[in-house]
Amino acid sequence: MDYFLMIIGAIFVNNILLGQFLGNCPFLGVSKKMETAIGMALAVQFILVLAALIAWVVERYLLIPLELEYMRTLAFILVIAALVQLVEMFLKKSMPTLYQALGIFLPLITTNCAVLGAALLNIKKEHDFLESLVYSFAVAAGFGLALILFAGVREKFETAPVPRPLRGTALGLITAGFMSLTFFAFKGMI
Amino acid sequence: MSIAQEFTKGLWKEIPPFRLVLGLCPTLAVTTSVENAIGMGVSVIFVLACSNMLISLLRKVIPKEVRIAAYIVVIATFVVAVELLMKAFFFSLSESLGIFIPLIVVNCIILGRAEAFAGKNGVLASAADGVGIGTGFTLSLMSLGSLREIFGAGTFLGMSVFGPNFEPFAFMQQAPGAFVCLGLMLGVMNILGRPKVAKA
Repeated sequence: MDYFLMIIGAIFVNNILLGQFLGNCPFLGVSKKMETAIGMALAVQFILVLAALIAWVVERYLLIPLELEYMRTLAFILVIAALVQLVEMFLKKSMPTLYQALGIFLPLITTNCAVLGAALLNIKKEHDFLESLVYSFAVAAGFGLALILFAGVREKFETAPVPRPLRGTALGLITAGFMSLTFFAFKGMI
Repeated sequence: MSIAQEFTKGLWKEIPPFRLVLGLCPTLAVTTSVENAIGMGVSVIFVLACSNMLISLLRKVIPKEVRIAAYIVVIATFVVAVELLMKAFFFSLSESLGIFIPLIVVNCIILGRAEAFAGKNGVLASAADGVGIGTGFTLSLMSLGSLREIFGAGTFLGMSVFGPNFEPFAFMQQAPGAFVCLGLMLGVMNILGRPKVAKA
């Protein structure tokens, strides 16, 4: 039951993009086309869970025993950068079709604050390993859901008569605001 | 371009996050009050100026293939310094900014300036660029922070603006208000400057 609440909470109530403002650069950057949005959502789903788990292990078995917790930021970003690089090389070699689909999104993920944010939130909320796994998975699913819904809305705007100064990012932000308002409705669920 | 021009371009021509649409997460998240906005802005100025200078000094040493990783290590080092300094001297501010302090590492403005400017230019010019862009970012955060604090809470830097009978417009303090407010400000900036037409 706790896990269920955690999943609902992370996907809907405290959605990482719309409720906690993490990962907004790719949110606005890659949401103009549905295909790229889906590619980004999948790449984030994959990397975020993996990165959060490795970060958790690094924190528990390296930083805490050595009393180096103040180096957490540096350690985590190195873990993420190295992981992204490794995954990119691995996919290129062994799964070229998947690499073609995710390829260009992978380097962008290093600086996606949702990834580092989820890793840090796991530590802050004192999750154990299984909780970290469930929480990161839900966070990434929330990211994907919001991104894909948003891309669907934005595709429609291509043909709409929008006042010139509001075109592009400005309208994107306002739309995101109203989507965030809709997600607020889920607050009643918990 | 002269040093002065490198500095002033960050204040209007390339002011983030309006002209350079980067670094949106901290912009949206910490602007619930002016105080938080200033705290975040000053941290970014410090990190950006220091990392720009160090990267510019090291630009001939860092091999091209691993430059992004090297930049991130430099930036992360300064961010850890800010994190520790803030915990030591501004504890309540560090509590209210929370995980957004460590997340300065992945603020794309800083990596963006390292890649676009500091990796190619001299130390003085890079420092001016860093301080300029950082100051522009702080000004943007402050203006958004002021709007959201004045209308969302009825205060400015904690002081009451409209007197006790004012009913705060709570929407502005919450997540949706942040998005809508920033979107409208971007629209106004587009009217004032040359209108930026989105590519179809």
